Amino acid sequence: MSSTTLFARAASKRVLPGFGLSLGVVLLYVSLILLLPMTSLIGELSQLSLAEYWAIISEERVVASYTITILAAAIAAIVNAVFGLLMAWVLVRYDFPGKRLLDALMDLPFALPTAVAGITLATMYSSSGFMGRLLAPLGIEVAYTWVGIALAMAFTSIPFVVRTVQPVLEDLPVEIDEAALTLGASDGLAFRRVILPLLWPALVTGTGLAFVRSLGEFGAVIFIAGNMPYETEITSLMIFVKLQEYDYAGASAIASVVLAVSLLLLLALNLWQGHFVKRLHGGKS
Amino acid sequence: MQRIGDKPTTRRWLIGTGVALSLLFLLLPLVAIFAQAFAEGIGLFWENLSDEYTLAAIGLTLFIAVLTIPINLVFGVFLAWLVTRFEFPGRRLLQTLIDIPFAVSPVVAGLVYLLLYGRTGWIGGWLDGHDIQLMFAWPGIVLVTLFVTCPFVARELIPLMQAQGAREEEAAVTLGASGFTIFRRVTLPNIKWALLYGVILTNARAVGEFGAVSVVSGSIRGETNTLPLHVELLYQDYNTVGAFTAAALLALIALFTLAAKAGLEWRAARREEFR
Repeated sequence: MSSTTLFARAASKRVLPGFGLSLGVVLLYVSLILLLPMTSLIGELSQLSLAEYWAIISEERVVASYTITILAAAIAAIVNAVFGLLMAWVLVRYDFPGKRLLDALMDLPFALPTAVAGITLATMYSSSGFMGRLLAPLGIEVAYTWVGIALAMAFTSIPFVVRTVQPVLEDLPVEIDEAALTLGASDGLAFRRVILPLLWPALVTGTGLAFVRSLGEFGAVIFIAGNMPYETEITSLMIFVKLQEYDYAGASAIASVVLAVSLLLLLALNLWQGHFVKRLHGGKS
Repeated sequence: MQRIGDKPTTRRWLIGTGVALSLLFLLLPLVAIFAQAFAEGIGLFWENLSDEYTLAAIGLTLFIAVLTIPINLVFGVFLAWLVTRFEFPGRRLLQTLIDIPFAVSPVVAGLVYLLLYGRTGWIGGWLDGHDIQLMFAWPGIVLVTLFVTCPFVARELIPLMQAQGAREEEAAVTLGASGFTIFRRVTLPNIKWALLYGVILTNARAVGEFGAVSVVSGSIRGETNTLPLHVELLYQDYNTVGAFTAAALLALIALFTLAAKAGLEWRAARREEFR
């Protein structure tokens, strides 16, 4: 059966109006706004030979930026996995005054423009800022080091873990707690052996999203990073620098690496989640 | 029934840690923005606010938001209608595609637009021949803002419309209502709050976008300088109070967004209770 007849057969079953119109609008918009600009990247890259491409993406300074970006993003993601899990737990399981405000506060990093977050963190943690002055005697330097990069990344990606774990935790039935506790398990053991495995997919997905977001973060990071070559330069900044030098080919080559890594990670997260759901339902998805 | 983690000490300890960390990492920066903006008194705050370039940046930012919101609102509704009311090949692919702006680094988003519409790009080259300039001018900012905000409305609508199902609309069809009537009288009342929240999110991001906009804007003072870019410009000029004045405006929009979200959720929860 050809695809056109399949299409026509499915269409005849449609009751609601507007299929053609909405399909048309959506396809036009997606092609113009999403796909067409993305193809320009391929066009730009096709002008490079494989050797030139490799030379750009494996340049020493660029490789250093990958290392810094990935390490800082990984630390930010792990910190958020712990903090996000704690916040989801506190917000779902307990009642206390100010809980609603705390819940609303969790979304602040999504609502606050990244440049605003960037200059605020940079000012607070600089050597003259009030957090910086507190930390300096302890020998902790945040601004203009990789710690600052990780801090900015962690700030912008906090909501991912909280908001993916929260609904799953809300849906866990009381019986799970009852069963674990009546069998005499301690809180810690029950959490680790009974609740954590159920939260695991949501926790990994949230952490993964936080990691992907951190890899691409720009506005929040560049102010606090100090942007020293080989030390505190993130990959997004490398793309930006190449663009300011009108080196479009170089910018595109590095961008293609960032893009490929984030899309692959997203795909892997989706597949892993699908696989997990399948296992949970005995092989049927 | 006692649940896991309900022992008073555990409870107090977990709430205490959670609240303390949230205040330190989330509330403190928010307070710092306003503290810095008013650091030199309210007089200087007003002076900074009424600065010619700050006003131009506010104007441009509002203009961009006013242009992008309606376009992405219409697109988001069409997309949500398409993927929740019809089965067709490629539906999942479409839903994945629409998430791309979430995963793409803002700088990369700006770059792909620059490649296409910049002077050396294949559309930009043609436009240049006809004296039309999109990049380093406001149309470029509109285009990248459309790109980064296009999933927001649909992301709010899709789960809701999926959960509600198509029964009410199908009933309306049987009663002979036209497509537009169905949307206006049946669908819209059901989704209006989610739609409103989608618009608020779109607005927050459209107003606050930095990375993508800074690639395509050229940051010409008074011309292509949006509010977030203006924040950066003043900050680089060591005009900290000025930078935080502009930042405080953006933080107010963020606070409004959070309040609107909490309000809409509270409303939805109350409706659930009455049911």
